[in-house]
Amino acid sequence: MSRTFLTGLLTSAALLSSVLTAPSVLAQTPAAAGKEWATPAGSLNGQRFSTLNQITAQNASRLQVAWTFSTGVLRGHEGAPLVVGDVMFVHAPFPNTVFALDLNNDGKILWKYEPKQDPNVIPVMCCDTVNRGLAYGDGKIFLHQADTTLVALDAKTGNVAWSVKTDDPSKGATGTDAPLVVKDKVYVGVSGGEFGVRGWFGAYNTADGKPAWKGYSIGPDSDTLIVPGKTTELGKPVAANSSIASWQGDQWKIGGGATWGWKSYDPQTNLIYYGSGNPSTWNPKQRPGDNKYSMTIWARDADTGAVKWLYQMTPHDEWDYDGVNEMVLADQEIDGKPRNLLVHFDRNGFGYTLDRVTGELLVAAKFDPAVNWASKVDLDPKSETYGRPQVVPQYSTEHNGEDVNSTNICPAALGTKDEQPSAFSPQTGLFYVPTNHVCMDYEPFRVSYTAGQPYVGATLSMYPPRGDTNMGNFIAWDARTGKIVWSDPEQFSVWSGALATAGDVVFYGTLEGYLKAVDAKTGKELYRFKTPSGIIGNVMTYEHAGRQYVAVLSGVGGWAGIGLAAGLNDPHAGLGAVGGYAALNQYTSLGGTLTVFALPQN
Amino acid sequence: MTRYARYFLAAGMASCLMAGFARADKPADPAAVSSDEGKYTDKDGRPTFKVHKDGKVDFYTYIGYVRYTANCMHCHGPDGLGSTYAPSLVNSLKSLDYADVMTTVANGKKDVSESSQLVMPSFGENKNIMCYIDAIYIYLRARSVDAIPRGRPQDHEPKPKGFSETEDSCMG
Ligand code: HEC
Repeated sequence: MSRTFLTGLLTSAALLSSVLTAPSVLAQTPAAAGKEWATPAGSLNGQRFSTLNQITAQNASRLQVAWTFSTGVLRGHEGAPLVVGDVMFVHAPFPNTVFALDLNNDGKILWKYEPKQDPNVIPVMCCDTVNRGLAYGDGKIFLHQADTTLVALDAKTGNVAWSVKTDDPSKGATGTDAPLVVKDKVYVGVSGGEFGVRGWFGAYNTADGKPAWKGYSIGPDSDTLIVPGKTTELGKPVAANSSIASWQGDQWKIGGGATWGWKSYDPQTNLIYYGSGNPSTWNPKQRPGDNKYSMTIWARDADTGAVKWLYQMTPHDEWDYDGVNEMVLADQEIDGKPRNLLVHFDRNGFGYTLDRVTGELLVAAKFDPAVNWASKVDLDPKSETYGRPQVVPQYSTEHNGEDVNSTNICPAALGTKDEQPSAFSPQTGLFYVPTNHVCMDYEPFRVSYTAGQPYVGATLSMYPPRGDTNMGNFIAWDARTGKIVWSDPEQFSVWSGALATAGDVVFYGTLEGYLKAVDAKTGKELYRFKTPSGIIGNVMTYEHAGRQYVAVLSGVGGWAGIGLAAGLNDPHAGLGAVGGYAALNQYTSLGGTLTVFALPQN
Repeated sequence: MTRYARYFLAAGMASCLMAGFARADKPADPAAVSSDEGKYTDKDGRPTFKVHKDGKVDFYTYIGYVRYTANCMHCHGPDGLGSTYAPSLVNSLKSLDYADVMTTVANGKKDVSESSQLVMPSFGENKNIMCYIDAIYIYLRARSVDAIPRGRPQDHEPKPKGFSETEDSCMG
């Protein structure tokens, strides 16, 4: 177990006070979660940090299960419940049931919403029928259903206030993302990169569901809402129709760039941040060019959608390193200067630290030493290749070509981290990151496009890095320096979103089903409990009647349930080596359950 | 019948699709009795695999692995072993015959109820699958009788003459 305890925690007291005294913009946008957990990440800055501190590193070992609740759905349970006032809102995968539970009455069901959806949407949802959760605002609960219906439910009654169709599942578009509410708008994105869907990010009025704006990931400026000459990438204005110019022919029309990840918002700049996913197809030879703006961090004006800045992390992707992972907004000092940061742990294995106001790239460093497809990201502003990854030819599937199996590429397509969101503690100044430690072979080949049919174009197989048997790590990361502070190995990929708390306890779940509490400073395990099924949900916390609770959805599934169920197989190991990588189905089985923890009452 | 399905029939790549082999109680003996340009058939004329003594496989088994892994793996799990989402085809092919597999892949299959949400999509119009369906079947057939281990076949016969031309004309 490698634990390098670093000393980067000195500024923590200063940081905490700056968080608490920051020009508190609006009561509706607190910088951290407290008693309530009213947005998917607890707060709009995406920190997944709670000021609750009853549970501490000293007493966390005494945690107990307070109550449980079954969703009645077997598929993979991503996301986390919301708590608003005395009510908890729990969502489920397809058919996307929503429950309102009365916390004053032992979790009695206040109302239940169960949409009727065409089952033909099920197989269009690549890698399980997950849903990443709900948003709350304007007295309504918002849900983006599998069939791309965005529905607003009256939070008191569960009655449908309005619903709108955001896209077309018969063409491969589906809804899996958690919406985000800011002021009078609700924001959603779309899934379907493996079906050649052209990704977009949209805003709808919370009052009536009327579309406010929609910005595509790919296309002419009129579609992407890029403002030529004004929108910048790495400090330079972007040229007119730069997206289309980076594709050949009409490929951009089925170019992917899905937007199914988490969203965050900064009230000071009024910018909304999110990432776009892989270009279609997975065969890079079929789409020459940089394929802008797939694999990109976006900063859009929340009112108009106009793009302030963007940054394409993986131009001309050759590995399916989607850029959709969360954007965590935090204020930290770098080189003695206070900075407004955006921190992003990409599928491609680099942890990026940018100035979230200007889009300036400050740090880009590997957050798993196994990452090998690129030697580094060029950080020299004077260089021709500024901001671009330096791809290693041996691992370039474009370079090796169609029908060639490129081997030992790290990370695998599921990335050093997938959608499972990280947490940030302003007290320690560290980011807590659930990671995958898996490599792959990747063989691209030619595919033809049929609307509504999978459009993949590569075969891949995955296995842990040479010499390792652990398929995941839970790490603490210093985004100011780009260094791992400590790292706890995990047998399986860590596919659960982390929670950081003011009690200096950090929580996450494991694929075997453990809810774990660790010391925020050292990573030392304080508590574990095995829930009924593997955890791919995110841990959240809330306070009710003076008591702090920690809750998580278990219910294995998603890629993890599919890829790891039978165990990974190293194609390069001799026969007999296979047993080294455990099969997940020997540890856990399907079933959606919410488990809620608390300290014993004296 | 869809436009593409007709096309595939014409291309001869799924010539038994609608020809109606009766569902057998047990799939026939998979032993290869004849071969045409590197494509092997069993005694009933159904496509089958060939594994040489040194472990080398026929080209179709190999391409079947590649296409299975690209098109079916994300539901049916790596190496046909099944997942939390869809059944193990290694098991299914112990009782399903060539015609059953063709019908299911072309038309899909559903088992949707309060407690089950199993949906196999219909791939009849998907060239990336239908142009390779014989190869996918041959690969799964080999897996179902344990003729090949998990993972990518390490060695295979060379690409048969005419394979690329047939592939190109099917993919369009
Ligand atoms: C989107 C997920 C998905 C994909 C992709 C998929 N399948 Fe399926 N498949 C299923 C499900 C779910 C079932 C079970 C359906 C049922 O029981 O009604 C199934 C059933 C089957 C069956 C019938 C099994 C039996 O025992 O009756 C066959 C054969 C099959 N699939 C072959 C394939 C092949 C070959 C591919 C790739 C070309 C493929 N499937 C791709 C989800 C999928």
